[in-house]
Amino acid sequence: MSVTREEVARIASLARIKMGDAELDRMVPELNGILDWVEQLGEVDTSGVEPMTAVIPNTLRLRDDVVDAIPETAGGRREDVLANAPAAEHGFFGVPKVIE
Amino acid sequence: MTDLTNLGVKAIRDGVAGGDFTAREVAEAFNAAVADAADLNAFIVTTPDHALAAADAVDAKRAKGEDLGTMGGVPIGMKDLFATKGVQTTAASHILEGFTPQYESTVSQNLWDAGAGMLGKLNLDQFAMGSSNETSYFGNVASPWKKDGTNAAMSPGGSSGGSSSAVAARIAPAATGTDTGGSIRQPAAFTGICGIKPTYGRCSRWGVVAFASSLDQAGPMARSVEDCAIMLEAMAGFDPKDATSLKMDVPAWEAGLSADLKGKKIGIPKEYRMDGTDEEILKSWEQGKEWLRDAGAEIVDISLPHTKYALPAYYIIAPAEASSNLARYDGVRYGLRDLPDGAGLQDMYAATRAAGFGDEVKRRVLIGTYVLSAGFYDAYYTQAQKIRTLVAQDFEEAWGECDAILAPTTPTASFPLGSLDKDPLTMYLNDVFAVPASLAGLPAMSVPAMLNGDGLPLGLQIVGKPFDEQGVLNAGLAIQQRAGFDAQPEKWW
Repeated sequence: MSVTREEVARIASLARIKMGDAELDRMVPELNGILDWVEQLGEVDTSGVEPMTAVIPNTLRLRDDVVDAIPETAGGRREDVLANAPAAEHGFFGVPKVIE
Repeated sequence: MTDLTNLGVKAIRDGVAGGDFTAREVAEAFNAAVADAADLNAFIVTTPDHALAAADAVDAKRAKGEDLGTMGGVPIGMKDLFATKGVQTTAASHILEGFTPQYESTVSQNLWDAGAGMLGKLNLDQFAMGSSNETSYFGNVASPWKKDGTNAAMSPGGSSGGSSSAVAARIAPAATGTDTGGSIRQPAAFTGICGIKPTYGRCSRWGVVAFASSLDQAGPMARSVEDCAIMLEAMAGFDPKDATSLKMDVPAWEAGLSADLKGKKIGIPKEYRMDGTDEEILKSWEQGKEWLRDAGAEIVDISLPHTKYALPAYYIIAPAEASSNLARYDGVRYGLRDLPDGAGLQDMYAATRAAGFGDEVKRRVLIGTYVLSAGFYDAYYTQAQKIRTLVAQDFEEAWGECDAILAPTTPTASFPLGSLDKDPLTMYLNDVFAVPASLAGLPAMSVPAMLNGDGLPLGLQIVGKPFDEQGVLNAGLAIQQRAGFDAQPEKWW
């Protein structure tokens, strides 16, 4: 399978990465080179094979049903959460106007 | 007094504990070596004060007769993928430039708790995507090694290229690395040092900038197997903050080291004899078999039939996970924001990510987005995850015949910076021997074997059963003792 320039533009838009014409032109053959190469996976008979979901057998744990059980991931840290925001206003993340 | 920068983890720890020198003297010596090595570009930021403060704390404990910790007095380099409280953490990207974590990653905290200090944050391939350390926003890292008779800057490998360069150049006794598809082992092999990726889940991923969460594992890089054992013991351990963390005790790997391999079987996978593998690499592999036989092991031929499909499967799975993980960089919560005049929210996302991600990151996010998109998911992603199951089953069957596997770490020695960066596929082939163990979550280590005819280091890889880091380290120790690798790059920086 190979991708066209229009398809790459659509993928870039899905991935929310703005791409100019020159960048798209460069990306199309690169992506097709990679996609051609992974095509060989189609040779492998995988009927009856389960896709891997966990690489090492491990059970999903539940934490204690207690508010703020782990201090580092607990609430009450608004200033820490906002400390690296490009725009923080009134204790919130600032974003451009969404609703006209 | 001996030059303290020639000492490794164990020698520094024992020397500080024994009073041969102070932790402060060690930190000062390495801080000076780091400051003198700007030409390597191994560090993105240096933190000499962190190293000195940790050293002073260790010296004060010693004066009071307290326990100094298993890494007491050892200053290390921290790959800039680990969140460090109050110290910029970038993943070598522009999009995280200036990001200052308000918390400490579990692995780095474990190291500080064990008495280590930080020399600085080490350069890497951007978001750990690369095999040559040429995708960093903060510039290429140079290996301290040069090809005999040439002056071209060589690749330190990637993605942990700052780590490998710093340890090989003796400007850090050890460093943290992370390995998603070979990013500890390949740079270790390129620079003549040791590095081990433990079983998936041994080291907490909490506070490690995520690339491909089902593959990412942290591990140590140092100049000896013993030093790796000590440091891995300090880094590993159960962490309730990481849902994939293994709830198992950390074995006493350092105390358990033994180079006696009597009764052990070492498997040689026939599928790793690939076209295009360098003759000298094959020779080092033969030599490795001899060394392990000499240590008492029996060498057996094994087959890992799906080896050739591991790398293409990896280049679907890892980008797929990356495209999802990197969705968080949106210009809202942290990092770069690019807000063109009059732009709305969606335009801001797209502009921010266009400005903040490098080419290789964009390439992988696009591949990942494509293979996960409606209509292609089953053909690419599900098929790759099925092949991942087959790769893991190959190893499970092999464990019926052997206790560990010996293979080359890389198909070639290091190459000059700029020589492979035009072709993504050729670059990806660097990790052809490293990726299968990553897909199966297995512990794997690279140990230096010899110099090739060009004077460049070659590494040997040992892959072990799940949770058997001890078996991997022991086979590594047997090779280390017989290889007697003591070559050092000549200082040019």
